[in-house]
Amino acid sequence: MLDQIKEFASGFFVTGDPLIYGADVAIAMTMIAVVSVLTYFKKWTWLWREWLTTVDHKRIGIMYVIASLLMLFRGGVDALLMRLQLAVPNNDFLTPEHYNAIFTTHGVIMILFMAMPLMFGLFNLVVPLQIGARDVAFPFLNSLSFWLFFFGAMLFNVSFVIGGSPDAGWLSYPPLSGKAFSPGVGQDFYIWGIQISGIGSLATGINFVVTILKMRAPGMKLFKMPMFTWSVLSSSLTILLAFPILTVTIALLFIDRYFGAHFFTLDGGGNPMMYINLIWMWGHPEVYIVVLPAFGIFSEIVATFSRKRLFGYASMVFALMSIAVFSFTTWAHHFFTMGSGADVNAFFAITTMAIAIPTGVKVFNWLFTMYRGRISFPTPMMWTMGFIPCFIVGGMTGVMLSVAPADFQFHNSYFLIAHFHQVLIGGVAFGYFAGLYYWWPKVFGFKLNEKIGKWAFWLWNIGFYVCFMPQYALGLMGMTRRMSTYGWDRGWWELNLTSTIGGFLMGIGFLFQVWQILHSIKFMEKDTTGDPWDARTLEWSIPSPAPHYNFATIPVVDSKDAWWEEKQRLVQGEAPKPKPPLEPIHMPKNSGIPFIMGFCWFVAGFGLVFDWLWMAIPGLLGVAGCMLAHSFNYNTDYYIPVDEIKATEAAARRSV
Amino acid sequence: MAHMGAHAHSHDEHHDLESMRLMGFWIFLITDCILFGTLFATYIVLHGNTAGGPTASELFEMPGVIAETFILLTSSFTSGLAVLSMNQGNRKGLIGWLVVTALLGASFIALELTEFVKLVHEGATISTSGFLSGFYVLVGTHGLHVSLGLVWMTALMIQLGRRGITNVTRRKVNVISLYWHFLDVVWIFVFTIVYLMGVM
Repeated sequence: MLDQIKEFASGFFVTGDPLIYGADVAIAMTMIAVVSVLTYFKKWTWLWREWLTTVDHKRIGIMYVIASLLMLFRGGVDALLMRLQLAVPNNDFLTPEHYNAIFTTHGVIMILFMAMPLMFGLFNLVVPLQIGARDVAFPFLNSLSFWLFFFGAMLFNVSFVIGGSPDAGWLSYPPLSGKAFSPGVGQDFYIWGIQISGIGSLATGINFVVTILKMRAPGMKLFKMPMFTWSVLSSSLTILLAFPILTVTIALLFIDRYFGAHFFTLDGGGNPMMYINLIWMWGHPEVYIVVLPAFGIFSEIVATFSRKRLFGYASMVFALMSIAVFSFTTWAHHFFTMGSGADVNAFFAITTMAIAIPTGVKVFNWLFTMYRGRISFPTPMMWTMGFIPCFIVGGMTGVMLSVAPADFQFHNSYFLIAHFHQVLIGGVAFGYFAGLYYWWPKVFGFKLNEKIGKWAFWLWNIGFYVCFMPQYALGLMGMTRRMSTYGWDRGWWELNLTSTIGGFLMGIGFLFQVWQILHSIKFMEKDTTGDPWDARTLEWSIPSPAPHYNFATIPVVDSKDAWWEEKQRLVQGEAPKPKPPLEPIHMPKNSGIPFIMGFCWFVAGFGLVFDWLWMAIPGLLGVAGCMLAHSFNYNTDYYIPVDEIKATEAAARRSV
Repeated sequence: MAHMGAHAHSHDEHHDLESMRLMGFWIFLITDCILFGTLFATYIVLHGNTAGGPTASELFEMPGVIAETFILLTSSFTSGLAVLSMNQGNRKGLIGWLVVTALLGASFIALELTEFVKLVHEGATISTSGFLSGFYVLVGTHGLHVSLGLVWMTALMIQLGRRGITNVTRRKVNVISLYWHFLDVVWIFVFTIVYLMGVM
């Protein structure tokens, strides 16, 4: 009996690596600490009532941000482990197998479990406030999206200590990711982690399209919307058209592995190249999905801190929307070397280059917004300034890669690695950081320390160039991606060591950001105005943090930058617009179903990973039960009485 | 007086909410279109890859498939009749037509399952060839959609029995009828691309 248990455990848990044992201990201790703190302070009910069951978009946004910052930590540790391994030639710090697992999880986590949730967090925190709405269109679905993401991410991360991590690359190309070459469970963790969170992403896309199209404040015509809201609309529309392709592709890979089908296998009439086409039909739009909202964030920040209207509003909208459309026409540039022929490659080369045009339009719009503006440089603006040159270089190397004949040289080299890190860190990460710094006071009601923030900015920014500029050179010198080590005779070690130093500089930058948050919580500098940056859009017209119903009375909008115009009118001595009398506010009730349903998906996913039907079937039945329970529940909303609104407003502002 | 005002207001808001939910469902159908589009694309790429196994024209038997098609088309018609009864405020007619629709849907599924079982007994399984993988997954995904629709429709009939025709149940009936018509349209493509083009 004991031997059986031992045998099971040695296959079930990942063993034999001191790094993993260390992580096991760290995970166990963190969990014990969390459980004891919650028990000691009797916070379990609070956690359940206020957070786990909430349907409030602001709280869901905060949970997204916390989860994605934890994932940023894990993905960052993966990155630093890789850089340590590559710092010197012939290093045996990581075995090749371990290295494969780490670059796989680094990619998946950074894109799907860091960038996506951080983006959804910002959607949730900002969009309803910006359009003068009291919540998103489907608050219950919003909560469900979060818990699907959360449990999907947990399932993926569990593979680290149980069963073994996936190691076939972040997009898991077959035949390597098929049963024949990846017989372990790691690949199944990949499939179900992504599948479960992907359903959540799709639902969020639907939610925000309807929210933006149907819930804008009266008078806010589409062409009066703030630019961030436009960028969310373009990104959400792209999600709608791209994510179903991911769902199908990953499902087919699962069916190949589980039922022995022949979609992507080498034998039996399968076609592995079809997987590569399908995954990039989602994958290329996906990178635009994450970068479009960053463009929106920069547009808000540039206008606010230049004290000017955004230059070229209509062209900005046009650029966002045309990027969303063009993103579906470029996927084959990821595999020019596949051999589709000159005509196909020429088509995809030209569409790829064409995307640089709307992107260029945006850069000029930001520059012209700053032209003759009264510019100030608090941290959100610093990140924007760091972004512009970084993204231009990243974009230009992208155009180099789009030249199909030249790409045969660059393909899968460190030149490519440097390119996409430059657009994803310089564009997406810098953009979301800028957004977090910008909206932080609105979300939490206090400002972040500027001095530590500037240290963090410079460490990240300098670290970035030190890390990735050498990688362009390494790529041209012949270093290919995903190699776990190299010899002294290659002449690569100086540049690799430099790159590693840059990576650690960014890591220190992250620690500064953590310190900045902790320091700012301790020495809290409260935002009593609701509008600390003297900004332009509606979210700044209400107290910070926003009351749970957001707007006591729904604002009426008659221009772009509605809040700025309102302030200008007040400065010119005009009387403020009379507010309509307060009315009871209709709100959705909290629900535990999304959390339970997410957990049931986790159980089902775990069962399917290990092929334990006794576990998978109850999990799926649980999912169905949750859906029926929700369908039969008609008691889903309530009204906030006028007196309570008055009291809340008075507490926030000391007057109504 | 103030109470009445609030009530009128809430009525408006509920109406908005239901129309928003209907719109959300339309958008969901767009995503489902992409999902089926991807499956059709994979089927079309793989349909010639029989890997020495049976081909479409050897396997498919049209009488059964034509019966399935007529049953599903009729169920789409009866779901339309259900909506018409609802619009006349006729709850009994509504539930009655939904029952007919669900029974037709169930017989469609039964026929499809019989076809699959027969194919498997002939040795044409999902792991026989790329063509059959594509076939089972495309047709099976449609069947899964219909089956989920049946569960959902049953749940809705119970709710209609308990609560009658309200704003909320009215929206739910509209949504499921949209879904049902959508599956009908998808089946037309399955019938044409998989079966008709397969045997021709």
